[in-house]
Amino acid sequence: MSGSEESAGRIEVRAPMSGVFYRSPAPDQPPYAEVGDVVKKKQVLGLLETMKVFQKIKSPSNGTIMEIVPENETALKDNDLVFVLEKG
Amino acid sequence: MFSKILVANRGEIAHRIIRACRELGIPSVAVYSEADRDSLHLTLADEQVCIGPAVSAKSYLNMESIIDAARAAGVDAIHPGYGYLAENGSFARACEEAGVAFIGPTPDNLHLAGDKLTAKKIVQEKGVPVIPSSPAGVNSVAEAEKIAGDMGYPVMIKASGGGGGRGIRTCEDREMLVEEFPVARMEARAGFGNDEVYIEKCIAHPRHIEFQILGDRHGRVIHLGERECTIQRRYQKLIEESPSPAVTPELRERMGQAAVAVAEAVRYFNAGTVEFLVDGDGNFYFMEINARIQVEHPVTELTTGIDLVKEQIRLASGGELDYGFNDIQQRGWAMECRINAEDPERNFMPSPGKLELYRPPGGFGVRLDTHLYQGYELPVFYDSLIAKLISYDLTREGAIRIMRRALKEFGIAPIKTTIPLYLRIMDDPSFQRGDFDTGFIKRFVPDEEDDEDD
Repeated sequence: MSGSEESAGRIEVRAPMSGVFYRSPAPDQPPYAEVGDVVKKKQVLGLLETMKVFQKIKSPSNGTIMEIVPENETALKDNDLVFVLEKG
Repeated sequence: MFSKILVANRGEIAHRIIRACRELGIPSVAVYSEADRDSLHLTLADEQVCIGPAVSAKSYLNMESIIDAARAAGVDAIHPGYGYLAENGSFARACEEAGVAFIGPTPDNLHLAGDKLTAKKIVQEKGVPVIPSSPAGVNSVAEAEKIAGDMGYPVMIKASGGGGGRGIRTCEDREMLVEEFPVARMEARAGFGNDEVYIEKCIAHPRHIEFQILGDRHGRVIHLGERECTIQRRYQKLIEESPSPAVTPELRERMGQAAVAVAEAVRYFNAGTVEFLVDGDGNFYFMEINARIQVEHPVTELTTGIDLVKEQIRLASGGELDYGFNDIQQRGWAMECRINAEDPERNFMPSPGKLELYRPPGGFGVRLDTHLYQGYELPVFYDSLIAKLISYDLTREGAIRIMRRALKEFGIAPIKTTIPLYLRIMDDPSFQRGDFDTGFIKRFVPDEEDDEDD
């Protein structure tokens, strides 16, 4: 469900619609992913809540997380950059 | 009567309550989150207080902040609307302690409405039929298997602390039960902070029919007829009407009496709803009490002529019920479509954004309860209900014709809404005949997977 863009091994994961970004499944739980984590394709990286509906933001490919752009609980606009991965 | 009322809600229901206050000549205080600075309800109210950041937990669910606002504004009553703190017993108690009236049921009523198993037990003792279920919470798969086997499949696993259609899992057979049981408990713990679940028998092809009730301080309880709420998706109501095409005068009499008996048994105060399931043979079963004003209250208002929000306020300030169902002239037919900012073509995904076009319907027999305006940006933080379109005519056929006409007039863009789905339903012959059950919507919505793990 996440938009992504690729150039020379750099993968951008963007918000599929506007919503509130959550890094972990619940406030008392650890984040789904941290910078430096090696992740698999379709692995859940975060959640996006739009009008009380939650959707998972998944990794579009195998790779390493280079950057997590927004802070936890930030309101994102449609197509905002969320994660930057390096393909691998 | 109260001298000033704080409305602890947002959206269409905040409008609805502020309008009632205006008509009663009572000044109102609107509260809002930082994301709702451009909300229309602020312009309708006499005073406005910001109660916190966008996230509901820190604003519309923030008891301390709301009580502080009530104190600072010098109100003597709070109307909670629906959702948020409306059925929160601790909030009702906190209002009491702050010397502010809570316009709604007593804290005890709220507690009982949330405790479905105890409510069922009390209701059963009054001779009102209830859906067969486990007598208490079920703690193991083995116990669940035994109970389900005895009552016969299909069964539902329900969270004791659940509500609003959440925390329910249907199991067709033993295998599904074994698989779903642990997941249901985990979900209940995560969703409601209480992992108690119970098993309830599935009623085949049911209709969901509920009765509006009112109770005063002196223990008098009346009902105001039924609402047909069978058209649902995933236990979320979409279309409601009053009266119900499936309820005969004789059944209305019996169900109305049962609803009043239920409310009297729990010493119910203020406005509430007693929900029943009705099977194909006209047998009805108590399901639960909703201790709040409901989203679908307008269909009752149009057919009874009674303003339920004004009645809530009057009863909370000590007013008495000096009339009953037989004294009011129930007349005509009312129908409500809940317009949600969701895309029915894309699995009802939410559709936030800015209203570039907003052209509301009007004319004979049309009521529109909404907080929308041209140029409004729908916040992503809150519910997708954006309008309630209600039609009224002397007959059901007339109400459908007005609804279809009004739905076609309703211009909203570029946001996606449920309007196209309702237009298809209005044209459906079995809907027009009043012939449907809670599975009706599946004919219009392709089968959905519960989880999108692709």
